[in-house]
Order: sequence, then structure tokens, then C-alpha cells
Amino acid sequence: MSPVDQLEQDPAVAPTPDGAVRAPRRGWGALMRWETVLLALLLASIFYGSQVSEHFLSKSNFFFIGLNVGEIAIMALPLTLIVITGEIDLSVASMLGLSSTLVGLLFREGWPIWAAVAGALVAGLLGGMLNGVLVTRLGLPSIAVTIGTLTLFRGIAEILLKSDSVTGFPIGLTNVGILPVPHTQLAYSVTIFLAMAVVYGVVLHATPIGRKVFAIGLQEEAAFFAGVRVQRVKFWLYALSGLVCAFAGVLWTFRFATSRYDAGTGLELNVVAIVLLGGVSIFGGRGSIVGVVLATAVMGCLQEAFTLINVDPQVQNIITGVLLLLSVLVPNLPEFVRRGRRALARRRQPRPT
Amino acid sequence: MTAVGPAPAPAPAPASGAATEAPRRMLERVSRARELGIVAAIVIVFLVTTGKNSAFAHGESVQQLLAGTCLIALLGAGETLVIVTRNVDLSVGSVLGLSAYVVGDLFAHHQEMPQVAAYGVGIGIGLVCGAVNGLVTTVFRVPSLVVTLAALYVVRGIDALIVNGKQVDPASIPHGFQELGSAAVFHIPWLAVFVAVIIGVIGYAMRSFRPARDLYAIGSNPDAAALAGIPTGRRVFTAFLISGGLAGLGGVLFLSEFATVASTAGSGYEFLVIAAVVVGGVAIFGGSGTVLGAALGALLLNTINQALVAAQVSAFWNQAIAGFLLLAAIAFDRFLALRVNRALRSAERGAS
Amino acid sequence: MVIEPPGEGSPPVVEMRRVTKAFGAVRALEDGSVRLVAGEAHALLGENGAGKSTLVKILAGVHPPDDGEVLVDGVPVRFAGPAAAQAAGVSIIYQEPTLFPDLTVAENIFIGRQPLRRGRRIDEAAMNARAVELFTRLGVAIDPRRPARGLSVADQQIVEIAKAIAFRARVFVMDEPTAALSSAEVNRLFDVVRTLRADGAAVLFISHRLEEVFAICQQVTVMRDGRFVRTDPIGDLTVDQIIRSMVGRDLSALYPKTVTEPGEPVLEVRGLGRLGAFRDVSFTVRAGEIVALAGLVGAGRSEVARAIFGIDRSDAGTVTIGGRRLRPGSPQAAMAAGIGFVPEDRRQQGLVMDLAIDRNVALASLGRLRRFGLIRRSAETALAADWAGRLRLKAGRLTDPAWTLSGGNQQKVVLGKWLARRPALLIIDEPTRGIDVGTKTEVHRLLDELVSQGVAVLMISSELPEVLGMADRVLVLHEGRLAAELSRADADEASIMRAATGQNVGTAA
Repeated sequence: MSPVDQLEQDPAVAPTPDGAVRAPRRGWGALMRWETVLLALLLASIFYGSQVSEHFLSKSNFFFIGLNVGEIAIMALPLTLIVITGEIDLSVASMLGLSSTLVGLLFREGWPIWAAVAGALVAGLLGGMLNGVLVTRLGLPSIAVTIGTLTLFRGIAEILLKSDSVTGFPIGLTNVGILPVPHTQLAYSVTIFLAMAVVYGVVLHATPIGRKVFAIGLQEEAAFFAGVRVQRVKFWLYALSGLVCAFAGVLWTFRFATSRYDAGTGLELNVVAIVLLGGVSIFGGRGSIVGVVLATAVMGCLQEAFTLINVDPQVQNIITGVLLLLSVLVPNLPEFVRRGRRALARRRQPRPT
Repeated sequence: MTAVGPAPAPAPAPASGAATEAPRRMLERVSRARELGIVAAIVIVFLVTTGKNSAFAHGESVQQLLAGTCLIALLGAGETLVIVTRNVDLSVGSVLGLSAYVVGDLFAHHQEMPQVAAYGVGIGIGLVCGAVNGLVTTVFRVPSLVVTLAALYVVRGIDALIVNGKQVDPASIPHGFQELGSAAVFHIPWLAVFVAVIIGVIGYAMRSFRPARDLYAIGSNPDAAALAGIPTGRRVFTAFLISGGLAGLGGVLFLSEFATVASTAGSGYEFLVIAAVVVGGVAIFGGSGTVLGAALGALLLNTINQALVAAQVSAFWNQAIAGFLLLAAIAFDRFLALRVNRALRSAERGAS
Repeated sequence: MVIEPPGEGSPPVVEMRRVTKAFGAVRALEDGSVRLVAGEAHALLGENGAGKSTLVKILAGVHPPDDGEVLVDGVPVRFAGPAAAQAAGVSIIYQEPTLFPDLTVAENIFIGRQPLRRGRRIDEAAMNARAVELFTRLGVAIDPRRPARGLSVADQQIVEIAKAIAFRARVFVMDEPTAALSSAEVNRLFDVVRTLRADGAAVLFISHRLEEVFAICQQVTVMRDGRFVRTDPIGDLTVDQIIRSMVGRDLSALYPKTVTEPGEPVLEVRGLGRLGAFRDVSFTVRAGEIVALAGLVGAGRSEVARAIFGIDRSDAGTVTIGGRRLRPGSPQAAMAAGIGFVPEDRRQQGLVMDLAIDRNVALASLGRLRRFGLIRRSAETALAADWAGRLRLKAGRLTDPAWTLSGGNQQKVVLGKWLARRPALLIIDEPTRGIDVGTKTEVHRLLDELVSQGVAVLMISSELPEVLGMADRVLVLHEGRLAAELSRADADEASIMRAATGQNVGTAA
């Protein structure tokens, strides 16, 4: 507790030091604001896409949009929950790579494909549990831990597969990269994502565990005092993230019909970007699955639009980075302005000698 | 140290006396032990590897070892400043890459460019990136994790845009410029000397100048720092500025050392730098750690890497080992902190 | 040490005249007045909610006053912020000082103003020497070269005082400084205060411990309900008079007490202990009883409660609820066994401030609101509305976040959360801290109702009138051990204070 807080007794409304009082945002109005912005962004990106390329609004393009963003979106779902509890997981893309490596390696060793997939999923679960143990049991800061496991998982993948690549996967499975789900224009990965999003949405917004996740993110200590098993929840969120990222790795492998150790390098940015762009607060305690779905759509459209006009994927990252920043800046703009004004006022105070 | 004034009055209460001496000494021993421990680890790895492959201790090998550490150690110094304030800079690798390419490209088009200009441009690019990072973090209060993660990719994107699939041609780099990066005296690369001097200066400054001590205060207790009147915004901004500048300098040195730059230069460095810094004893939560420790951490990581090569274990193990060491280091630090806290608490209760 | 009384006519170092301050609808300070004179230790007394903390915050420059004046050396000032107050010589020593744990003690004292040598480099030797000088003057022995991490609270306070002296402070405000100190450390602190006075500083001493006030202060100001009540030289007052000024009302009317016949034992604690906090605590609470845990701050009362509820893991002893042994260290097990816990710190532990009121109420009852795995929103809002009505909650809308409520209403939400579970045992830590008088009475009436319905209540309170008014039995803790168990008939201010200060060791009933 800061020294100022210690003298805090009982103001009726928590005052900001300049005396202004915050008014609570009420009801749907508060929630919908950012989702509305996202909707507008989505329409803008679709418009932009249709302007730069005549192919943009075609049916097959719709398929490609989904294909591009499917695995990333799937990984964004468990990360959303982790970020809401106030933690982070930067190892997502490395787990995808490790999973892809394992699928290829085991398959090459002669394992039946379903067993190879199962092996990769188990590895994902274990990797996620490693993150979970380090963050909950040992109480280590999640950013440092997941930077460590980011490097570790990628490193293990490199040791296992070196610079080889594995191909020759069953055609039926690798078709996920070419064909949409029958009778639709949706890629398999996107369909799975949408189904998962529904489940996650229901769990987060309408079940006890979802309430607990939000409580942990808003005020972990009070949640603990209300009987929430904070450590257990966080542990399983990390385990789930590992499992889901491994699953995304399997999809990735089949999509590209290749297994390589460096699969998905650098994707963590995109996953984090989707989560934050979706309105999930980096500080924890706030966010919605609807926002994440909309953000996915925005990213997918933009990515596809840029690909159609032959923009280098590396360069596309400039846009992703800027969007990431904006998604954190814009919702907090009024607060920043207020803080800026106060900072200027404070500047004029003499420093005590 | 000369004692001024009369000897302390006879202690009226034992509360802060002998009972807490032992844990306090343990604390001191622990912090000094970290750097010695790393040195010891380096020596052990070195000796063991030399035992298996005597060529490891030869001049050329040692030279390569030192040269390979330099860039990470240099970036580590800047990263230390940032992490000490409880922030993080994930953009250093991308900034290094951008700086290296731009300077290389300049040489390609202006062979007669004086070296000073090369350094100026490189460092300048780094300073600009650092300034943007610092500004967004301090003025807009965006967590540095997000800012520098975004910066990592934006800068790399800009780099890719400029590079556009090309590469810097080694032939276009003036030979004099490459001297620093490749020449050595008695098998000690000039590069290492240069970097060591910079680290020495920064390390000394961190101990001896008020604004640097402010950085430690900010990381140790941000609220108390604000209450004490420390201009936290300005200090953190400066830390990012320096981190960026050093990354820019690193880019120039990269060019000097390798004379060829593709758009992948510097990619992945940031995580290695953080691993080195944490292994070197800089607390990820801020408030403690030295640039010397960070440099030693870099040396240890590189020694292990080279040792694996010398012992004919494949280089593919590098990343995994870096990741593992990072995790081990933070776990070990945490374990130690808990132990010390428990000892201090029971000593305190015993005394009162 | 003989102190020369300040010359007649010299203005007080700091004076506050009729200062008022309101936060939203709550008027925290109606008439804050105090005169701090050089060389004098001045006690500021009052119950919780009397306005002491707000007064201190204004003095510290944290808040500007709405009305009234703050004068330094007789000149009205308006502090732009804490730094300005510090520059004017006002220094606050907090109950839990916040130092920089990674920096050395000397650096903590001189941060930002370290002595320099040639080239603007920090002169470490001079800095350490100056620190030693300061400590010598204060008569304490702390090594300035050691890191601040791990210093005892008592030592941290001394470092803060040293820092204030280095800042040339003339006014030292100490907020409950002895709360976490042992008696030896308290004596050391008092010597330091005497030194400060001898050097001409003014000390404002806020404390609940009347015997300390009598030991160290020359002047006393009493506040009640945000208003200045009286100020007198310490010699002119008796303890009785002080207490009456602080409470100022007929005690019996305040505490509705229906005598209930206690039933079966609900909670049985045997030999409970936790290293570093308390040892060998044993007691029983029966259905329909209110048992109070009394004692000085730091005696271990909250620690006992937390250990029973499982927030902290006990090292020794057993806790039995309704005849079944309770697994230590698990709040879930405690809740399942029928215990509810209203913690001391409402803002950090009692409520999730940014969460809606109705969701806060439902937070401990999520399982019950579930059907087919999903939360029934209608049941959630009904639960909240039900308890809001029963507790007479004054709120805007139940979907507003909890921080919009006043302290008293926030406490009602916390109570609603636990009562919704119909606990067999309710542990409540400082039930009416920081709450306005009207809501206080409501809370007391509620507790009374609960016990008449057969709930067992374990209450921790630092307010003696509350303890005396509400409890059927009083357990007094002293430095981590059970010092006395008093029946309602035997309990009075004197007997409780005697046990709390360790004057009757070994007479546990």
C-alpha cells in the first residue's frame, strides 16, 4: 500500500488527487463502446480491401482471410483469459512451433498420425503446466517466465528437428490448408475458432469460473479472501493455453503440410495484438470474447488486403504494431489527458532540497 | 572509510543489533556472490571444455569467444538500465538490425563517408527509437511490455521495407571501418576493449551519479520514488533513450564485425539479451543489478554456447540453453529471496 | 532533559484552523483545528472516523482543504502537493514506512540529495558518515551500509525519521507509530521523540494507546465525528475525561444487546499457533455468542482470524467447526464448513472495488447460483437485491461498481456477501472501522440479530466501547498469546487494558 493509501480512511467516492470524481459507466453503454469502434474498424478494413483489390470481396478470398488468421485466433482465446487475470503468456508461438516439430518428428519415426498428434498435444499440456508451476507455485513474474519458455520451447524444437522439415502427411488432413469446410466458405481453422469462441464466451461471461477470472484480474487479494483458488485457476489457464497452442500447431502443420522447428516464429505479436485490440485490458480485469472475435476479423481482413497488394509480411507488422499501440492508447485517452495535465502542474513544483 | 563524530551511543535497544547481523551479512554475501558466482561458472565451463578440447583455450578461440559476447553485453548494459526501473525493452534487436542496415547502405552509396558519421547515424537511429519508446511509456503510461513489443515489430517492419530483400555488400564497407570489428591485439578483439570501456563507464556512472541512483529507487519502490520527488518520467525516458542509443551503436558495431547485413540481423537478440541480463543478476522486478553482472551473464551464455561447439555438441542447443538458464536464474533468485526473508523475519521476532 | 517552554507570542510552527473537507457526500472533516508548538509532542486522539487521518492528509499536502486555514509560522499557506508540504518542513512518518528495499539505509535517507565530491560524483563515505551522525544523534545503532530490505518496522521508522531530519523537517507527524513495535522498541522511539523535541521540532502523535500518550505528550487534542472537541495540556486531563470526550455519548444506548442463551460450541480452537504471529491460542465460540478478540494492534488478533479461516496456514494446533476438524490453509474448506470472514481491509480484501455491487455480493455464492454450469443472472440479481434490502443498502444502482459506495455501505456489501451463505460462524475484523455513526449502529444491530438466530460471531475490534458493548466474552491477546478471557460481567476498560499490556500474564480464565 502506498503511504497515501495508508492514511486513507473513508472517502465516499475514491477521489482522484485533483478532486475530480469518477462517474461510473453504466450498463451496455460502457461495454459496447470499444466493440462499436471495432465494428467500425472492420467495416473500414473491408472497404479498404475492396478498394485495393477487386478480388477482395470474392468468395474464395473469404476463405483465405479465415485461413490466414485461424491458428492465431485460436491461440488468442486462452491468452484472453490469462490476460484478464493480469498475467501474460509470450510462449504461445513457440509452443506452436514445438508442437509442429513433434508432430513431424513422431510421424517421421513411424508413429500413426493420430498418435503423433496426441503426443504433440500432451507436450503442449506439459509445457503449459511448466508455465503454470513457475508462475503460481514459484511466484515468478509471468513476463520473465514466458520469455524464458518462449526461448526454451523454440530451443527444444530446434534440437529435435534441427533444420530439417518433415512432409508427407496424409492428404485428407493436409486438405485443411486448401479446402474449406464443405458447404461453406470457411476454413477449418476458423470454424474451429468460432466454435471455441462460443464456448469461451459462455464460460467467461456466464459461468462461475468466468466470474472468478474477472475477480482475480480486478483484485486478486479480495478474490482469494472470497474463496477463489487463485493459484489453481491461473495454473489451469496456463495448462489450457499450452494445450490449445499445441493444437494450433497441429493445424498449422497440416495447413502448410510441413513441419519445421521455426514454425510460427514471431507470431506472438499477432496473438497479443488480437487480444489487446479486442479490448482486453493489459492490466487485467476487463475484456470480452466478442471483442476478440471482432479484432480477429479486422486483423484477418487487413492482412489479406495487404497480401493481395503484395506487401511483405514483415512490413505488415508495422500496421500490427501500430494497431497494438492504438488499442491500448485510445480507450484510455481521457485518463491520459487528465494525467498529462496533472503532470504539467506537478512539473512546476520545486523538488525539495 | 573514516568515521566522523563520536562513536555510536550504547544501543538502547537490541532490536536492530546483533540478532539481525547474521541475516544482514547473508544479504550482503548473496549480492556480491552473484557476480563471483558467474565468474566461477565461466571459469568452470572454460576449464571443463578445455579438458575435452584443448583448442578451446587457444588464442583464436578465446578471441572468438570475446567477440561473440560483445554485442549482447553492449545491449545488455542498456537493457539493465531499463529493467532496473521495472520496465523492459523488447525492441533492442530490431533497432540494432535497422541501424546496421542503414549505415551499411549509406556506406554502399557514399564510400567516403567518415567513420564518425557512420557512428553518428547509427546511434542517432537508436536514440530516436529509444525516445519514442520512452515517450509512449512515460507520457502515455502504456506498459513498456506492450510499447516495446509493438516497437519490436514496427521497427523490424520498417527495416524490411528499407531492405526490400537486398543485402549489404561487404565490399562496399571501407576497410578502416571494419578494423574495429575484426582486428585484435594479443587475441583480445578491439571490439571487446571498446565495449568493455563503455560498460565500465556506464557501470561507474550507475554507482556514482544521482540520476542513476534514482533509477534504482524507481524500480525498488515506484510510489516512494514519486513521493520523494524523483522525476520518474524523465529518468525512465532517459533509460529508454540510452537503451535505444546503445542498440543503435550495436548496429554499427555489427556492421563493423560482420560487414554484411540482411533484414534478419539482430532478430531474436532481445530475448538473448534479457536472458543474459537476468542470469547476470539484474532483478526482473527492478531495483537491483549491475551492468557488469549483465555483461558477465552475456559472457557466461556465450561461453556455454562456444563450449558446446567445441565439445562437438551441436549449436542447435543454444536457444534451449539460454531459455533454461533464464528460468533457472529467476527461480534461483526467487528461492534465495524467500530464504533470506524468512531468516530476517525470524531473527526480527527473536530480537523483539 | 529539560525543555524550555516556547516563548510567549511566538507563533506555533503549524496551525490548522477550522479546516473542513468533504469527499463527495461524506463530510470527513467539519472543524479540524490543532496548534503544533516547537519543542512539544502533541497527541491527536479520536475514534476511527473522527477525522484524524483526513486532517493529517491535509497537513501533508495530499488534499487541499475545502475551507479553513493552514498556517506555517503564522502565515497562511496552501500546499500544492506533498512535495510542497515537505519543503515547508512537514514530515509524515507512516505506520508502515515505505523505503527502497534495494538501496542502502544511507541512500534511503539521502536519495536525490546525496553529498557530492568533485565532478558531481556521489561521495559514499561522506554519505555514510552523515548517516552515522544522524543515528548517533538519535541514539540508535543502524548500519547505514546495509540494504533497507529486511529492516524491522521499528528500524524503518527510525530511518524515516532520520530522513526527515536530513530534510530539515520541523514538524514530525507520527501516525500510530507504536502499532507494530515491541515495548523495547517503543521506549527507543520515545527517546527519539524526546531528542526531536529538544532540537525544537514539533511532534504530532496519533495513537490509540492512552498510556503512551501520557508518557510522551505535553498537549492533547481530541476529535470526534470530524470536529475538534477540546485541547488541553496533558496534566489537566484524566483518562476518563479523555475517553468521554472521544466517545461523547451514552454508551449503553449505542449497543443494542439482547441476551441470548448460547448453544452448542460451533468453533473450537486448540493450541493454534503460527510462527512469528501467535502461539498456543485456545478458545471456544458457541452458537448465539459474540466473542471479541481484543488487544493492542500487533497483538496477533487478525492473524488468529486469518489462520482460522485459512488465509494463512497455521503451524500448530487444530480448528474444529461443528465437531469436524478443519483443514488448515484453505479458505474454501473453511467456507464449506460454514465460516464467513469479513476482513479488516475492506478495499483490498473485502471487496473487488471495480466490480459491480451485485457481483460482489454473489462472489462467494457462485456455486449456488449455478444451473447446468451456467450462472442464472436472474438469481444473481435477486440475491443482491434481497440482501441490499435487508441491509438497507444505499446505492445508486446495484450494477454500479463498489467504489461508488460510502464506507458504511461497502461494509454492508461485504456482510451481504457472507450472510448470503448463511454461515454458522461469522468472523468479522473491525466491523465498524471507517464507518459513519449511523451505519455503525445498523451493523451492531445486525450482529445482534445474527446471534439471536443462532450464528456464532467472532469479532475483532480495537474500539473498546464496541467490545464492551457487544461481546458476551472478551479474549485479550498480548504479543501473540492469550492473556485473559473475561466474561461480560468482568470485562471493563481497565481489565482489558491490563491484559492487553501484559500486566496480568498467566491469568487466562
